[in-house]
Amino acid sequence: MSSSMVESKHPWKAWLYLAPAIVLLLVFTVWPIFNTVRMAFLENYSGLKAAGGMKFQFGFGNFEKVVQYKRFIQCMKNTVLLCIFTVPISTILALLIAVCLNSIKTLQKFLQTIFFLPYVTNSIAIGMVFAAMFNIVGSFYGTENEIIVTAGIINNVIEFFGGKPINWINYGSTYAANMTVMVIYIVWNALPFKILILLGGLQSINKQYYDAAKVDGTSRRRIFTRITVPLLSPMIAYVVITGFIGGFKEYTSIVGIFGESMGPADDAKRLNTMVGFIYDALSSNSQGRASAAALILFGIILVVTLINLQVSKKRVHY
Amino acid sequence: MIVELQNLTKIFPSRNKNSDDEVVAVNDFTFTIPDGKLVGLLGPSGCGKSTTLYMICGLQKPTSGKIFFGEDDVTQLPAENRGVGLVFQNYALYPHMTVKQNILFPLQNLRGEDRLSKEEMLNRAYEVAKIVQIDELMERKPSELSGGQQQRVAIARALVKMPKVLLLDEPLSNLDARLRLQTREEIRRIQRATNITTVFVTHDQEEAMSISDMIVVMKLGIVQQIGKPQDVYNSPANLFVAKFLGTPPINVFDGRIKDGVVYIGNEAVGDARDVADQNVYVGIRPEGFILNDDGPFTCNLNAVEVMGRDVSVVATNEASINPVVRAIIDADNKIDHDRKTVNFFIKPNKMFLFNKETEERIYIVEDR
Repeated sequence: MSSSMVESKHPWKAWLYLAPAIVLLLVFTVWPIFNTVRMAFLENYSGLKAAGGMKFQFGFGNFEKVVQYKRFIQCMKNTVLLCIFTVPISTILALLIAVCLNSIKTLQKFLQTIFFLPYVTNSIAIGMVFAAMFNIVGSFYGTENEIIVTAGIINNVIEFFGGKPINWINYGSTYAANMTVMVIYIVWNALPFKILILLGGLQSINKQYYDAAKVDGTSRRRIFTRITVPLLSPMIAYVVITGFIGGFKEYTSIVGIFGESMGPADDAKRLNTMVGFIYDALSSNSQGRASAAALILFGIILVVTLINLQVSKKRVHY
Repeated sequence: MIVELQNLTKIFPSRNKNSDDEVVAVNDFTFTIPDGKLVGLLGPSGCGKSTTLYMICGLQKPTSGKIFFGEDDVTQLPAENRGVGLVFQNYALYPHMTVKQNILFPLQNLRGEDRLSKEEMLNRAYEVAKIVQIDELMERKPSELSGGQQQRVAIARALVKMPKVLLLDEPLSNLDARLRLQTREEIRRIQRATNITTVFVTHDQEEAMSISDMIVVMKLGIVQQIGKPQDVYNSPANLFVAKFLGTPPINVFDGRIKDGVVYIGNEAVGDARDVADQNVYVGIRPEGFILNDDGPFTCNLNAVEVMGRDVSVVATNEASINPVVRAIIDADNKIDHDRKTVNFFIKPNKMFLFNKETEERIYIVEDR
């Protein structure tokens, strides 16, 4: 009754209450989106030149330029590779950990907290710790010949078991070694959120399904594959889709380990990602190119998400 | 399969270690369920009836006591090895599987010699589905079924592995009144058709009375009375059982026995030969009243509810424990709605006497 009175008698009141949110959204979300599209389609657009009164032609030149950049292709390859490796690995690991956590009674809350810690820790700080762990020599700027001591804990462990230390991230390290470190780091970083979501999903599954399965003599493996996973499928789908979206926006994790050079000392930018490319374009005052790259990234994420939804249609039981 | 419960006891330890408010859910339950019968465990919530069911099923371990299936002691046997079928209160059908997949699921769990070929499994599933009349719904998901249909699927899933014992936990509580009536007949029919020893739990006395071969009335973990439904109704062992069975409920009065005569207030309503003088509770079933102006028992008339087949006389009496006295009499009786009082004769076999302290039944020796 009262709400309908507000509706009919004072519509301006409703708008007044909505105004702060609407204004903020318009200024910081709607306008930037619109502006990005506009800049992407203005040939060679640059904010600096625009301020100087220069006019730009409409066209697809920015897009053409972006896809012709070798660096852009490298960025795309890095991004896609990281997604392909990290999303499945982290999802499966998170699922296993969540199921294990859910099945124990003692220490459950304690372990839950431990597993959640990475989520509340700054990812740059984590990156620096990982960089130290995977480090190989005392001197970061040294050449291969200068390696005297192995300092990183990972290499210490490898040596302890009689293996040969690997140059993970330093001067002269291989692309594969770099990627391995990145995958491990990103997976570790992505776990807490996924565990949280999946554990929440697990705890909301009616215990009677498990009782019913038990009375019917279902093996543990069958309970997992035929009951737990299907009943958890909406959460799994959510975690996978957000995982892909997050993966395509990967940037800070690489900065965290390799610094702003985005690669080992002898091959800077080797591990650059699409978001990194956009930042680089922005910092060189090529907003047109940056916008075009951003739109391409948007398109890729859209397509991947649509594929995800399409695939999950058959497998997800809401 | 005969199911034998020997001194079955279940104690839930208290949550707080320092206090000892442990809960005795089931206390020293001994009972032999005859082969192929339908037994109803009946009682108000918290009486231990579901706990008993889950112990028979194996999902809960008894604190002490033994359970036998035929000759075999199954007390320590896990649920999956007992060969029981369980129907849950909310059915617990797997929502992501079709009806067919749900029914097939227990069969697909079988390993080794017991495992059937795919064809046999399908045949068995359809066979069971026919018994419960859902063979046309096999491709649907549980969410596309009505409550009654879901319930039948749950029964089919429990029956498909040919259990030795079928257990039903509050099978009708999720159904609406009409469906409940229909489904309880259905359960009876299915049980007769399969001849599987069946135990079901309910808090609804009407439900238990209508389909059980035997009922077990429980209260606070203790068995109050076991017997055929009509026997328990006609001869309740104590006040609790008398009150729990029957709709409308039994009328209870403060009364006393003096010189072998039962008095309510100052009115002598019946004989109690050879019973010592004492104060008692007098329970009279609603159908135990005979309307007659010469009757010895006087009540103040409140209302007369005509319900077609019979008439419900709502009255008050100072000695009544219930707020109103309810008598059901034949519709042929004509009552003047405006009169202030009504008089009744009491049918002796519908009147029960209970000890004031123990609330146990005081039996009257009848030697007519």
